[in-house]
Amino acid sequence: MSIDDTPKMSWWNRLAHPGQFLAWTRPLIWPLAGVTTALYLLGLWFAFFNSPADYQMGDTVRIMYVHVPTAWLSQFVYAAMAVSALGTLVWRHPLADVSMKAAAPLGAAFTAMALFTGSMWGRPTWGTFWEWDGRMTSTLILLFIYLGIVALWRAFDDQLRAARVVAVFTLVGAVNVPIIKFSVDWWSTLHQPASVFRADGPTMPGSLLTPLFVMFFAFTLLFVTLQLLAMHTEIRRRRLVTLERRAARGDTL
Amino acid sequence: MIALGEHAEFIFAAYAGVFVGLGLLIGWIVYDSRRVRARLETLGDKRG
Repeated sequence: MSIDDTPKMSWWNRLAHPGQFLAWTRPLIWPLAGVTTALYLLGLWFAFFNSPADYQMGDTVRIMYVHVPTAWLSQFVYAAMAVSALGTLVWRHPLADVSMKAAAPLGAAFTAMALFTGSMWGRPTWGTFWEWDGRMTSTLILLFIYLGIVALWRAFDDQLRAARVVAVFTLVGAVNVPIIKFSVDWWSTLHQPASVFRADGPTMPGSLLTPLFVMFFAFTLLFVTLQLLAMHTEIRRRRLVTLERRAARGDTL
Repeated sequence: MIALGEHAEFIFAAYAGVFVGLGLLIGWIVYDSRRVRARLETLGDKRG
C-alpha cells in the first residue's frame, strides 16, 4: 500500500500564487460585467420610472440612488484595503499588496463621486453645496488619504518595500472610517443620521429601498469587477517589470 | 421619463457626473490592462 505524502495546499495557499489567482478569477470578469450592467439598467429604470418622489425632498431623493452606493463604497473599499494591509503585514500574503494597490484609485474615485453627488443633493435640500461639518469634512479627509496612498505607491520603485509603508499608512488612516460613520451621531450636522444601515433596520419605505438596493448591488459588483481587472493588471505589471529587468541585463527571456 | 421637478438640473448633474466618472474609471482600467498585456506580448510572454 502506498502512502500519499504529497503536501496538500489549502485554497488560501493556492490563492497566494498569482498565476493561480489569474486562472481562477479571469473567467469571472465577463459574467460579472454582464450582471453589473443588468443591475444598472434595472436600477435606473426603478430610479426614474418606478419610484415615488419623497414627501419632503421631492424628486431630489432620486440623487440618493447614486449618492448612498458611492458613499458606502468609499468606506467599504477602505475597509477592504485595511484588511489587505493586515494581510501584507501579518500574513505576508503575496496578493494582499496587489489588492491594496488596485483598490486605492477605485476608492478615491468613489469618494469623489460621493462628495460630488452629496453636493448636488445638498444645494436644493440645505441651500448650500458644502458645509464644513463632521460627515463632509471627514469624507473629504478620506479622499485626501486615498490620494496620499496612490501617491505613496508611485513614490517607490521597490513595490515590496512600498507595500509595507502603504500598509502602515492605510491602517493608521483606517481610524477615519468609524469617524465618518458616527460623525452624524457625535456632532451637530446638516447631514441626516443613518436611515439604511441601522441596527434596528432601515427607516424608509420599500418603494425607495428597492431602487436603492438594486443600485447598491450594481455599484458593489462594479467595484468587484474593476478590482479583479486592476489586480490582474498589477500582477502582469510585476511580471513585466521582472522581464524588462532580465532583458536589460541581457538574460534570455 | 418622468418630470423631475424644479431641481431637475441637480438630479441630472449628479447622474451625469457619476456616469462620466464611471466611464473614465472603466476606460482607464481597461486601457491600462491592454497596455500592460501588449507590452508583455512584445517581450514574448505567452501566459496571458
